[in-house]
Order: sequence, then C-alpha cells, then structure tokens
Amino acid sequence: MKETPLSNVERDFLLAAIRSGKRIDGRDTYDYRNIKITFGLERGCCEVQLGQTRVLAQVSCEAVEPRNARPTEGQLYLNLELSPMASPGFEPGRLSEYGVELNRLLERCLKDSRAVDMESLCIVAGEKVWQIRVDVHVLNHDGSILDCGSIAAIAALSHFRRPDVTVVGETVTIHTPEDRDPVPLSVHHMPVCISFAFFEQGKYLLVDPTFKEESVMEGNMVMAMNAHRELCTVQMTGGMLLLKDQILRCSQIAVIKVAEVTELIKKALSNDAKARSEGKKCGYAESLPRRRITTSVAEPQRVDTTKSVEMAQDVIDRADEPVQDLDVKSTLLDAGFRGIGEGAANTWLIPDAENEVEEDEDEMEDADEEEEVDAMDDGTSDVAARRNQTSVSQTRVAEGYHSDSSEEAETVTLNEEVLGGYKRPPVDPSADLDLSVALKTSQIVSSTSGPPAKKKTKRKGKKNK
Amino acid sequence: MAPPREETVESKSSENLRVLPGDDLSDVFISTRGSKFRLGPGLRQEGETVVACKCGILRKKEPNDVFWIDNHQKRYVPVKGETVLGIVVGKAGDVFKVDIGGSVPATLSYLAFEGATKRNRPNVAIGDVVFGRLLVANRDMEPELVCMDSAGRSGGLGIMSDGGFMFQCSLGLVRKMLSPKCTLVKQLGQVMPVELAAGMNGRIWLRGKTVSSTITAMNAISSAEFMTESEIRLMVHRLQDSVSGMWSGIS
Repeated sequence: MKETPLSNVERDFLLAAIRSGKRIDGRDTYDYRNIKITFGLERGCCEVQLGQTRVLAQVSCEAVEPRNARPTEGQLYLNLELSPMASPGFEPGRLSEYGVELNRLLERCLKDSRAVDMESLCIVAGEKVWQIRVDVHVLNHDGSILDCGSIAAIAALSHFRRPDVTVVGETVTIHTPEDRDPVPLSVHHMPVCISFAFFEQGKYLLVDPTFKEESVMEGNMVMAMNAHRELCTVQMTGGMLLLKDQILRCSQIAVIKVAEVTELIKKALSNDAKARSEGKKCGYAESLPRRRITTSVAEPQRVDTTKSVEMAQDVIDRADEPVQDLDVKSTLLDAGFRGIGEGAANTWLIPDAENEVEEDEDEMEDADEEEEVDAMDDGTSDVAARRNQTSVSQTRVAEGYHSDSSEEAETVTLNEEVLGGYKRPPVDPSADLDLSVALKTSQIVSSTSGPPAKKKTKRKGKKNK
Repeated sequence: MAPPREETVESKSSENLRVLPGDDLSDVFISTRGSKFRLGPGLRQEGETVVACKCGILRKKEPNDVFWIDNHQKRYVPVKGETVLGIVVGKAGDVFKVDIGGSVPATLSYLAFEGATKRNRPNVAIGDVVFGRLLVANRDMEPELVCMDSAGRSGGLGIMSDGGFMFQCSLGLVRKMLSPKCTLVKQLGQVMPVELAAGMNGRIWLRGKTVSSTITAMNAISSAEFMTESEIRLMVHRLQDSVSGMWSGIS
C-alpha cells in the first residue's frame, strides 16, 4: 500500500505556519505532545503514547551460551518492528532502510550507552548467560517514533523481572516465579531520545515533530540523553549545515525534556509497583478508560390511547362553548410587574388575515412539539392533552370560531399516531374541514391501523384554507 | 447467522438496527416486498437473501427505499457521483493520476476542466489538490474524476489553489458535516470566515483569513466528530469567546 502523498497545499501551509511560529496541533515550538505510559499485566510489557504515536515494547529473556569474546556478559537484543498497521507506507516483512536506521539508533541509545548492566546477567561464566530481548512494535506512526520507542524500551526494561537463579556447585536452578520472586534487571540510567526537526537550513527548529511535520522537514537530529545530562547518542540526518549554537541549544532543550520524561517514567513505574504490591488491578485493561453504556434506547411501545382520545374530545367539547369571561384583567406577573390584556378575546373588529395564518403555523409547531414530547415518554400524554386543551382554547379566545379545523384534527390525531405507532387512514381533505368527521376518523384510528397520512393531511388542510 | 440474532431482527424495527457481518437481513426487507429497494454500502445480495458485510447501523432513506450500513471508516471506497478531494500524483499522457484515498488512483482527463481545450491545457502540477466529482466508480475499473458538470461549468470543482490546508478525517465526519441536519459549518462561519471543501473521501480543504484561523477551524471540525448538535453549539460558542478574547488581547 502506498502512502498518501503530501500535497503542495499541505507543504506550503505547514511551512508558513512554522515560519509564523505555529504548529497545526496548537503546540509551541518546544512543546512535547502528551505522554502516556501504561504497563501490561505481564512484567516487561509497556505501551507508550506520544500524541497519536503509539509504541509497544515487550521484554523477554532466555538463558543462552555467551559469546566467546565476552564470556561473562549477558546479551541485549533490540528488535524494532514497523508493521503496516503503524502507517500504510510501511511494508510487512523485512525492515526498510528507515526501519534499520531507527533500530540501530535505538540500539545505540540503549546498548552502547550501557544502560543495562550486562555482567549481572551472567549465570555461569563461559557457559550460560541471560539474553534479554526487547521487541519494540510501532502501533501507530505520527512522528517521533524514536522518542516514543526509547521511552517504551527503557520503561519496559525497568519493569521487567527475570527468573531468579541459584548455582550450587555445577547445578544451575532457574526458579519459577512461584518458587522465588523474579529479580529486576539492574538499569544504570535511563537514556531517552529527543527528536528535533529543522526547516530552512536550520533557521526554524521544532521539538517532537509529527508525521506531517517530519514529511516537510529538511533535516532532523536525534539526541539521546539521560537524567544526569550525559549524552548517549547524537545523530543528524539531512544535508544541513547547523551552527554550533544551534546544536548547543538543542542539547539545552534535551536536558529539560529528558528530565521531564524521566520523571514521568519513574512515576509510572512507581504507580505500577504500588498497584501490584497492594494487590490492586493493573495492566492495560485497567488503564483503559471505561466506556460503558449506562443508558439504552427504549423500543417504541404500544400505549393505550383511549384516555387521551377522551380527553381530546373533552377539550373540543369545552372549546365549543362560548367564552364567558371577556373582562380585561390585570394579572400580577412578578413583584411590581403587572400584565394587562392577556387571555382576553380579540376585540378588534377587522380580522387580520396575516396574523391568523401566522398563528395557525404557531399552532402547528406547538402540535409538533407535543408530538415529540409524546414520543419521548408516554407518561406525558396527559400533560400533552392538557397542553392541547390550552392551545385550542387560546385559539378560540383569540379568534373566535373559524371554519378551518385542521389544527383540531391534528391535535387529536397526533396523540395516537405517536403513542401507539398506529397509523391514520388517509383523510379526504374536504372531510378535514369538518370537525366532526375529523374526530370520527381519529376515534376509528385508535382502534384500527392504516397507512400514515398525517403529514399529507396537514399540508392539504393548509392549502384548503 | 445465529438463530438468536435472527429473532432480534424480527422483533426490532428495521431502522437503526445494529448488524454484524454475515447477518441475514431478509426479514427486514420483507416489509418492502413487492416494491423495489436498493442496497447501499455494506449490504450484499446472496441468492434470495440479503446479508450484511460490515458491522454498523442499518440505515434507510425513504424516497427510494435505499438501505445501507453506517459505520466508522477511514478507507474510502469510490462511489459514482460523489465529490472528492484528490492529490495529483502524476501525469500519464492526456490524463492525470489522482490519489483519492481509494485502492487505486483515479484518472482525471486534462479536458475535464472548465474551459479546457486541446490547445488550452489546464495548469496542473504534481502535488496539487483537486476537487472533483467521480464520473466512473466501478469495482473493477479505475475511478474517473471530472472537474466540471455535464454543462461544462466548474460549479466549484477544480484545483484548490492559493493556499489553504487539507487534512484527513474519518468518512463519517464528512458525511455528518454535509448532512442537512448538521449546522457545524454554518456556525463556524459565523465565528470566523472560512472557505471550505469537504470531499466524501474524508479529506477537508479549508482556508481561513490567517494561518491561525485556518488551524483553529481545522481543530474545531476534527473535534466535532463525536459531538451532538448541542455540543457543537457549545463548542463554537466557546471558540467564539476565545477568538474574541484573542482579538481584544491583541488590540
């Protein structure tokens, strides 16, 4: 699979952003992404997340014959895997040139800096030594694989425990974990790689470049350092001429970053050790945020609608009664605040055609709202009915009786349509004008079912007006 | 496949049904028997039955009874008629090869631009971003892009020039953004003016007035993937506050 090519647009924008001192993930020039270190249930298993970059390291050991040149020293192997899972550009199988370079750098960082004491890995001089193997798997590639990988490798090595060994005379016993507690490796120091990306011949410098930034950089420098400010590895790639000051500045930044990272690793290790000693749960499953579903969606249910139909009938019956109270009252709305003229009949003699239409539409919206309420909870049907009641009576009060009964028909139908999932038979638009017919249909609807016709009725009712 | 799942299929309504690959969905389609229906992505006809070949949620669109499975996906599968953002990766004779994120690069004829003739070639360089519509998208053929409609007008399609930035997101986010229900772009436009092109292949090109506004808009869009409409509103409000704070801080 080919990697997605970088477009000119992206390149230009990234460079312009860097020139103005900005980065696309909102970081500052010298900022590191968030680091998250988690340990597995097994000893020597560590996963590190650096932003979107993820690396998993697993340490294992085996008793082997030592090399002839160094009969009293153990062996440390470092194996980096760049699978296509990390980035579509990585080929499965043999390591690419880039992979070999990273592997070698990681090896230099850990092995050549003598981070792990090799002589303590000797069982019987010249015959048996421990071979420690670190497998570093890149799970996702979003730049700075080395930074992430070196943290994962050294954290995994510090987390690892090898089986205890006793030598009595000629017999060598490798104890099982049940028999004797496994012993940790002696890690002298923790070298951590810090990546720098350079742009425009070293004019601009970024710490911890992302994948996109790495793809537009001119050159990069990797500095491995430990908390004692000892340089373990420095490597520069890309044809660049850097000033001495630039390199010194990088080392200054590395000192600070390494101190922070080492602190993080130590904290993660102590947290894990504490959890293990207290018998608490540890490992990946524990460290992952739980995403439990605590609510579920209720299935549509059939609800008895006879009551609401009755209530709706009641509403319409009452609405037909002439409005008695036409007095203008002032009502106390709030302390020192009175309202006047609310809830009274329209005393304007000329009916305002436009207003009427608007109000009708309002009513429809109301009805829709009620529909939603009903759909959410069948228990609110009473409330909805009551709201219907008020809305209908308001219409009456405001406009007196007007021939179009479409809202009433709706107010009635929507209840059962929603509640029971019942469907209303198609209503003849002319019949819709007659209130009684509409009511009848609605009552029939409550007991039978048919194709939905609510929306259509609504439209037609409006047109008829 | 398993009997218990089939039972659930029967008991549940056909909409918003969660399905797994291999699920027999014939029961869902019994309701539409007699009338024609269409199978979209994630559904496959096998003899008499319809089975799911993706895990996700079964969706239905009313007018033509179109069914498909909605899921989280990043890899694009070209679909005829969709608009996509591609990167020109090469020129081969009279066609450009354009990477649209599919399994094979798409072809784009140099005549498929507005006002392009054999004499008057469009100015396309390798690495340019093009916004085009898929004219051909078959399983066994190279997809073909065009940058104009049937009347020969560009209609917003063409080369994305003069800056801006393109970023990758999930296919679901673009679908969400382009759905009529989503107001993300509208709301964002009220906070900061942004020019934006969203390709169905999960690529979004945008250009703000400044570098920082482009970055802000990009982060706002990519963070909106799992937000509800009200959360988006809240997020844009916060963004507005911080942006206005930023401006007052400067002035």
